[in-house]
Amino acid sequence: MADTGIGAAVRRTEDLRFLTGKGRYTDDINRPGQLYAYILRSSVPHATIRSIDTAAAVAAPGVVAVYTGADMAGAGVNGLPCGWQVHSKDGEPMKEPAHPPLAVGKVRHVGDPVAVVIAESYAQAREAADAIALDLEELPAVADTRAASASGAPQLFDEVPGNLCYDWEIGDKAVNDAAFAKAAHVAKLDLVNNRLVPNAMEPRCYIGDYDPTRGEYTLYTSTQNPHVIRLLMGAFVLGIPENKLRVVGPDVGGGFGSKIYHYAEEAIVTWSAGQLGRAVKWTAERSESFMSDAHGRDHVTHVELALDADGVFLAMRVSTLANMGAYLSTFAPCVPTYLYATLLAGCYRTPTVYCNVKAVFTNTVPVDAYRGAGRPEATYLIERIVDVAADETGIDPAELRRRNFIPKDAFPYQTPVALVYDIGDYDQTLDAALAAIDYQGFEARRAEAAKRGRYRGIGISTYIEACGIAPSNVVGSLGARAGLYEAAQVRVHPTGSVSVYTGSHSHGQGHETTFAQLVSDTFGIPFESVEIVHGDTDKVLFGMGTYGSRSLAVGGTAIVKAMNKVIEKARKAAAHILEASEADVEFADGQFRVKGTDRAMSFGEVALAAYVPHKYPLDELEPGLDETAFYDPKNFTFPAGCHVAEVEIDPDTGVVTLVNFAAADDVGRVINPMIVEGQVHGGVAQGVGQALLESCVYDAQGQLVTGSYMDYCMPRADNLPPVSVSTHVTLCPHNDLGVKGCGEVGAIGSPPAVMNAVVDALSALGVKHVEMPATPQRVWQAIRDAKGAAAA
Amino acid sequence: MEITGEFAIPAPRERVWEALNDPEVLRQCIPGCESIEREADNVFNAAMRAKIGPVKARFTSVVTLTNLDPPNGYTIVGEGKGGPAGFGKGSADVTLEPQGDETTLRYRAELQVGGKLAQIGSRLVAGAARKIADDFFGKFQEVVGGETPPSA
Repeated sequence: MADTGIGAAVRRTEDLRFLTGKGRYTDDINRPGQLYAYILRSSVPHATIRSIDTAAAVAAPGVVAVYTGADMAGAGVNGLPCGWQVHSKDGEPMKEPAHPPLAVGKVRHVGDPVAVVIAESYAQAREAADAIALDLEELPAVADTRAASASGAPQLFDEVPGNLCYDWEIGDKAVNDAAFAKAAHVAKLDLVNNRLVPNAMEPRCYIGDYDPTRGEYTLYTSTQNPHVIRLLMGAFVLGIPENKLRVVGPDVGGGFGSKIYHYAEEAIVTWSAGQLGRAVKWTAERSESFMSDAHGRDHVTHVELALDADGVFLAMRVSTLANMGAYLSTFAPCVPTYLYATLLAGCYRTPTVYCNVKAVFTNTVPVDAYRGAGRPEATYLIERIVDVAADETGIDPAELRRRNFIPKDAFPYQTPVALVYDIGDYDQTLDAALAAIDYQGFEARRAEAAKRGRYRGIGISTYIEACGIAPSNVVGSLGARAGLYEAAQVRVHPTGSVSVYTGSHSHGQGHETTFAQLVSDTFGIPFESVEIVHGDTDKVLFGMGTYGSRSLAVGGTAIVKAMNKVIEKARKAAAHILEASEADVEFADGQFRVKGTDRAMSFGEVALAAYVPHKYPLDELEPGLDETAFYDPKNFTFPAGCHVAEVEIDPDTGVVTLVNFAAADDVGRVINPMIVEGQVHGGVAQGVGQALLESCVYDAQGQLVTGSYMDYCMPRADNLPPVSVSTHVTLCPHNDLGVKGCGEVGAIGSPPAVMNAVVDALSALGVKHVEMPATPQRVWQAIRDAKGAAAA
Repeated sequence: MEITGEFAIPAPRERVWEALNDPEVLRQCIPGCESIEREADNVFNAAMRAKIGPVKARFTSVVTLTNLDPPNGYTIVGEGKGGPAGFGKGSADVTLEPQGDETTLRYRAELQVGGKLAQIGSRLVAGAARKIADDFFGKFQEVVGGETPPSA
């Protein structure tokens, strides 16, 4: 199995269908008698709905129905639920205003759904929407994070004074203040973590279907977690029990977090299908995606780092304003709290960290987890303030980091912000990344670039993140309204082939390959004999889905647990058939063998015996070989590593060119190095996008003005140099595989590396900070301002 | 955003002022105008087609004339709804200044767009609005000035 087993760079089996156009996405599915939905959305950011007159639209050609928020609410449809309840520091639960699938009473952001038109064709539905008379009384709007928290700001909800969702804190403020009082130096920085639009390649698409003879609903959906959608939509929004609701997530073209959440349109098409007894399909247009997919990031932060005279970190304090958008998306409240502030110790021994987070509502698209979710925001501010401290104390940035690392013999390590890091070796990845980029040779490269009239800079980011959020009882005590285990079923067929049913949906991660490697390696059977099944609540027993780099650490471990049950049962059967005691039967390389003898049965032979139990211990053992497992991890996993970026800046234009990038990551045991490299590479591209190109902008009136690829700049191949990726393993001690997760490290580690490089390139001019994205205009302005200040 | 412009109209100020209040002249001059009707003394309903960048739409607009100061000028306040394409609204201060037999028309317009127009066309809106204004006043020059015999 060496060429397909654990550690082999197996080519992704799913790529054959993806690369040849044979993928089957939700929009490729069409149901008999299917209707099409067009969603009329608000084009103003904030208004009272005076009236909606749908009569002309109902009468338009091809139209079957038009529904408004009042229609859905009148039929007993509830609002979209929030999956995490954060409590403010005074103990009060967060403000959780209603989020109806179609607006009721008010619209609160451009893109807020107001009505749905359902017609025989999409063109007819769209045309008819034009005939809806929507009478809105416009209200002042606020889109900016800071402005929303200011006194006198427009108020989104009567029941949410000051637009404040919660005011949360972590850490002991008195201890923290005392530590600051002893500091020899305090570095300070204000920064913005720019709002991003996820931009999955496949726009969201949903088909609701209803079988009136059985009373059964089916939702085909571009989701990352079909069972979670079944639970949220069925139990909370539409009141459909699980046995009457099937959710299918077929091939999904990218999610990056944005397809975790339960969206209004899912409930709208499912409910409409039930009303009409016909399937209803909705596919987002790209411009709709910009104004209705949950956005990411959008923090405004002040950070201070206290150091002693030797550059040892004494304390850090952080104050963050986080933008929730107009409503709470499914997991929004936990992103700037438990996925963010708990990571603020970074890789360092900082003894005390205090963080206050105020979350505010604004007249913008809801914000939720996006690749990294809280951890990129934490890493960006930590790694920027460390560089500011290095600059101000004159200590080399690599040395300052090394001096403050949690040493590798200090694990398990209790941080001052709740988490217990299980294992790591931060020097190892720092050394590897510095060697890969030739850190020692940098000054020569800087001097050479200067001769060509270019500013060259280098930037380091040593990050840690937390994946596989768990255990369920702990996250439950922190406000999670769901468990965070994963489920797996391993069905061995009579001839020894295997189907694995996993709750970990795959939408670009390559699970069908990685999980098959795991199974083939464990059972000693050919890779081709393993089928990975996911994405259908009628096939897969249960699942919590794919997010937070959890699939291998949690979903993969669940598969291991189920495989172990299979092996134990098969061992019993084999012992009976081989007439040996169970303790004497060992399993290796696909053979059950009586120790020290040549008496053996292959995995396939035992499987056949289990299904044709002629010579089988029927008194003690059920026939069949089909086992399930639910796995709830004991802790998060903690991937960590070092990313180093090198940039060159053209002083005349402000254009930043990323010329060199090295990533050295510890993601635990690597099952498929090619997939890991691809995940890191993709993550780095997204991180570079955030650092240099991407920014979601609302104008002063609350209009979304970066709503297309003309104004929202995605990274392209020519924005990236060849990226050096290496992995350095410390094994996670609390899961069977020793794995940690690799899906988000690229997007977490890279932005501060790039921005530290940009600031380093300009530091000789006196530039201390540049906000993301470091666009040519922004960099040019920074150069100009610095030169002006120097001349004055 | 704000756009401004200045045109020399080869007609006396009173003639220009009348024309600025004549729906038929306005209909001829507004690019893509399908209809314009006087709803009240100083309120007009108009329908026009416009294309701004990738957004094509039929706008139904209500135009109100305020700050009337005949024959020196007025303020046009308008809001156009383009259905799924979004909306545009704004106001323009128009002033007329006699220059012998001719009239200098100046305008200063404030413009705001929303919905898809803002989302995918915002950076094109200033240019498109200026073109619409230029087309309008160019045509206006022609229509109004055409009735005055060219001075030999």
